Amino acid sequence: MNTWSWGYVGDILPDLLKGLGVTVEATVLGSLVSFALGLVWALALRSPSRWVTWPVGAVVEFVRNTPLLVQLFFLFFVLPSWGLTFSPLVTGVIGLGLHYSTYTAEVYRAGIDGVPAGQWEAAVALNLPRRRTWTAVILPQALRRVVPALGNYVIAMFKDTPMLAAITVGDMLFQANTIGATTFDYMEPITVVGALFIVISYPTSLLLRALERRLVR
Amino acid sequence: MTGALWELFFKGVWITVQLMVYSAALAAAVAFGVGMARTSRLRVVRFLSGAYVEIFRGTSALVLMFWLFFALPLLGWQLAGLWAGTLALGLSYGAYGSEVVRGALAAVAPAQREAAVALSFTPWQRMRKVLLPQAFPEMMPPFTNLLVELLKGTALASLLSIGELTFEAKLARLSTGESAQVYGIILVLYFVIAFVVTRIMRLVERRAKASVGKAPEPSGGLFSRTPAAAGTAAPAAGGGKP
Repeated sequence: MNTWSWGYVGDILPDLLKGLGVTVEATVLGSLVSFALGLVWALALRSPSRWVTWPVGAVVEFVRNTPLLVQLFFLFFVLPSWGLTFSPLVTGVIGLGLHYSTYTAEVYRAGIDGVPAGQWEAAVALNLPRRRTWTAVILPQALRRVVPALGNYVIAMFKDTPMLAAITVGDMLFQANTIGATTFDYMEPITVVGALFIVISYPTSLLLRALERRLVR
Repeated sequence: MTGALWELFFKGVWITVQLMVYSAALAAAVAFGVGMARTSRLRVVRFLSGAYVEIFRGTSALVLMFWLFFALPLLGWQLAGLWAGTLALGLSYGAYGSEVVRGALAAVAPAQREAAVALSFTPWQRMRKVLLPQAFPEMMPPFTNLLVELLKGTALASLLSIGELTFEAKLARLSTGESAQVYGIILVLYFVIAFVVTRIMRLVERRAKASVGKAPEPSGGLFSRTPAAAGTAAPAAGGGKP
């Protein structure tokens, strides 16, 4: 039986905050990858050719329906044997980005479908080329309404970053485990990590709800 | 791949399925309990259930699992790995599920509630005989998505050395060194389980809809992209998957 020690919390906090830095870094980079890749999937899935939509759809479904942790192990152990050697953090960012891109693709799809048909017709009537239709008419309107939903996936990704500890990325959970393994006292480190997640993700989700009310009407 | 390895994988699949079923049962109990509590007349019940949802959705399922496995024993409760995993997954996915229950209950036509009040049903009768039966079919598509998320979450239990599929894959990788083959195979196995789970849930959804006299969604055949996938498109704000 042990009791909670604030002195111990003070001792380990610098290490945990260092881990938080890595966690945030992975989340930000992973989000950027998922935003870009998701848009690629969403646009590819609207291609008129079955030779594009079918394979892309299959890949997206496969990645979405299999565990991120296993995908991370796959990337971590298999990429080096293909001659692609990355640091664990980069591998983790690729894994997070790839996994969440299958969710953001769905968000973009809904956003694009939400653009009124009249906008497409107006673009045709103005004889806008295909590229201009997308970049000047459809995407600006679609992106505005997907921001809150994308934000929700950023929070979800933030909460999934502890999985990167399994491929030796020095995130918060990794730091907490390292501390626990040396002091044999896991209570404070893991509780503080859990609390930090709530302290960050709850206000962010409130912020997103406010943003949603502003942007989506 | 030798027969012994396949045996290892199928043992892993079995534990994974067990873990999924146990945690889904716990998550369903939590989801209905907390979801209904959030519609309570009593402010304190609403507050407590709301706090539960925000806490368990706000933190990471993996951190919760580690907490239950490594930190809780220091308070005097040692949980077996399988139960720590079940508890962590059930409690956190239950919090997501309770939002589904709450949303579906709120979506029942107000006239139904008023009619039940006019017939002087007690709140519990109103919930059990009027609101839940109508809300239930609406919960099925988001529940299907959550169940797949839960299945993916069971892989986390491998980090507690529970012998489920991902853990067996680690053993197989260590003994054969064939990383690409081993992880490729278990990714496919997870996909197959997810496929079977979504098809079963679709059947349940059709029956649930039929039971309240609603026409089921037109079936697009076994391999159609799930109508449920639309549910993942735009989650309500709140910082969670579906």
